[in-house]
Amino acid sequence: MDKVLGDKIPEFNKKQGGGGNVGLSGASFSLGDHRSKFEILVIILVAVVIIGGTELALLVMKVPQYVLPRPSLIVTALFTEWNFLWPHILITLYELLVGFTIGASIGFVLAAVITQFPFVEKIVTPYILLLVTTPMLALVPLLILRFGFGSEPRIIAVALASGPMVMINSATGFRRVDLAKIALARSFGASTLQIFTKIRIPMAMPMIIVGLMVGSIFGLLTTIGAEMVGGAEGLGNRLTYYSALIRMPQFFAIILILAVMGISIYVFFFWLGKKWASWEA
Amino acid sequence: MKLPGIADVAQTERTSKSTGLHSAPPVKMAIRNASKSYDTRSGAVHALADVSLDVREGEFLCILGPSGCGKTTLLWSMAGLHALSSGSITLGNQQITRPNPEIAMIFQDANLLPWRNLAKNIELPFELKRKPPDRERIAKLLDRVGLAGFENKFPRELSGGMQQRASIVRSLSVDPSVLLMDEPFGALDAFTRDEMNLLIQEIWMETKKTIAFVTHSISEAIFLADRVAVMSARPGRIAEIYDIDIPRPRSIDIQTEPDFIKRVLDIKSRIEHGRGARVAIT
Repeated sequence: MDKVLGDKIPEFNKKQGGGGNVGLSGASFSLGDHRSKFEILVIILVAVVIIGGTELALLVMKVPQYVLPRPSLIVTALFTEWNFLWPHILITLYELLVGFTIGASIGFVLAAVITQFPFVEKIVTPYILLLVTTPMLALVPLLILRFGFGSEPRIIAVALASGPMVMINSATGFRRVDLAKIALARSFGASTLQIFTKIRIPMAMPMIIVGLMVGSIFGLLTTIGAEMVGGAEGLGNRLTYYSALIRMPQFFAIILILAVMGISIYVFFFWLGKKWASWEA
Repeated sequence: MKLPGIADVAQTERTSKSTGLHSAPPVKMAIRNASKSYDTRSGAVHALADVSLDVREGEFLCILGPSGCGKTTLLWSMAGLHALSSGSITLGNQQITRPNPEIAMIFQDANLLPWRNLAKNIELPFELKRKPPDRERIAKLLDRVGLAGFENKFPRELSGGMQQRASIVRSLSVDPSVLLMDEPFGALDAFTRDEMNLLIQEIWMETKKTIAFVTHSISEAIFLADRVAVMSARPGRIAEIYDIDIPRPRSIDIQTEPDFIKRVLDIKSRIEHGRGARVAIT
């Protein structure tokens, strides 16, 4: 008997996850599934073993702090340095949020407009691809020359990094036209604007959310990178600062903060996807 | 249970017909010399050629033909979704060039929006017209088709038959006088299809809507219709119109009766004769 099918009741209406689609289902490996108490227990246990084991191994092997600090030292540094780090966290978040909002808005509007004109789309797409594939970090030194050491060059870099990501994914969503659904809305007297808001946008929503998720992660990367390149504030700048001073517990404390930021972004968009695009997964 | 919004005019019309006054009901929609050709890369395709057809007030008209004969094109033009190349379609004295609130369309495969639950799907027409939904009427209709209690379900949680019932409710909710149905039950299994055919017959008898129903199933057409318009393919034209005077309500069993089978064979040979002729020419 087929191992995959087993004794499952055949259901052909439901689209199974995976299957090579680049939708949310691909990125959502296990967050959404309900977990049993046993699974949660095992997950916690594994975490304790890994962190405790590292602590113990570093202690026993007498690894110097500047090579790899013990987890307990990292957590201690996080608390003792918190008051110094807090303003930098705010600056990083500010740059990320403003840059991403600008980039994502432009990307979304551009995708919505461009997909209505296939000819324009053909002309513009190569340039967008160029923006996606070129690391926007490379532009930061140039932007600093023009805009100084403040937040502006970084915000611009973040917008340039996240915008095209949002655009290219949203455009894929908007290109999925279902003529029958448009005809349905038309038959009930829908205007072109209504067809856009009631049919096209909901239909593109799964891909839009994927674009926002990828775009914001790209934005975080670019924010940190841009802060490392120049200026005197933000978490990226602190990373270079602490590594120059070989203060590794503080350095790793920042890495921990960045990891939490990244995970939060992912969880937020995953939740958004569940809410607005669960019909497809 | 009777549905709200019954047209009294149509009621009297029907009674006078059944009492033997042989005046045909007035014309609801008139299709005159309708032609439609699509421009494709390999040249123009004539989907409709000079089609003239009356849809009478309160009648159940089936448009029957092989696939690619232009019956969907004809129906979409009647809904105001397609522009004709030449000719005209009128509803009363209104020219149909765009969707009309008096006409509602029921599509193949139900065509529900997967991101909306059943209630939200049915309220779509009201939302598009920026009117408050007629909740009472919708509740009655849902109850009538056996979907009460499923309002919060999403389309993927419903069977094909249930989805198509929901789409019928969606169209009836705005109380149109004409229903255009584009092979609505084509994707359903035979049992569900029989069930849906009985349901649509009941709904039609209760509401007296004018229905134009496109199908490629000869027995479905004869079972449902007052008149069957047979179309021939490429270019699509009306080949023949058959009156179906089988008394109503019709049960599924009549499909095995000799008279029914004779009608099926009649139409079948007509369609095949048409095809044969076309083959002989080309």
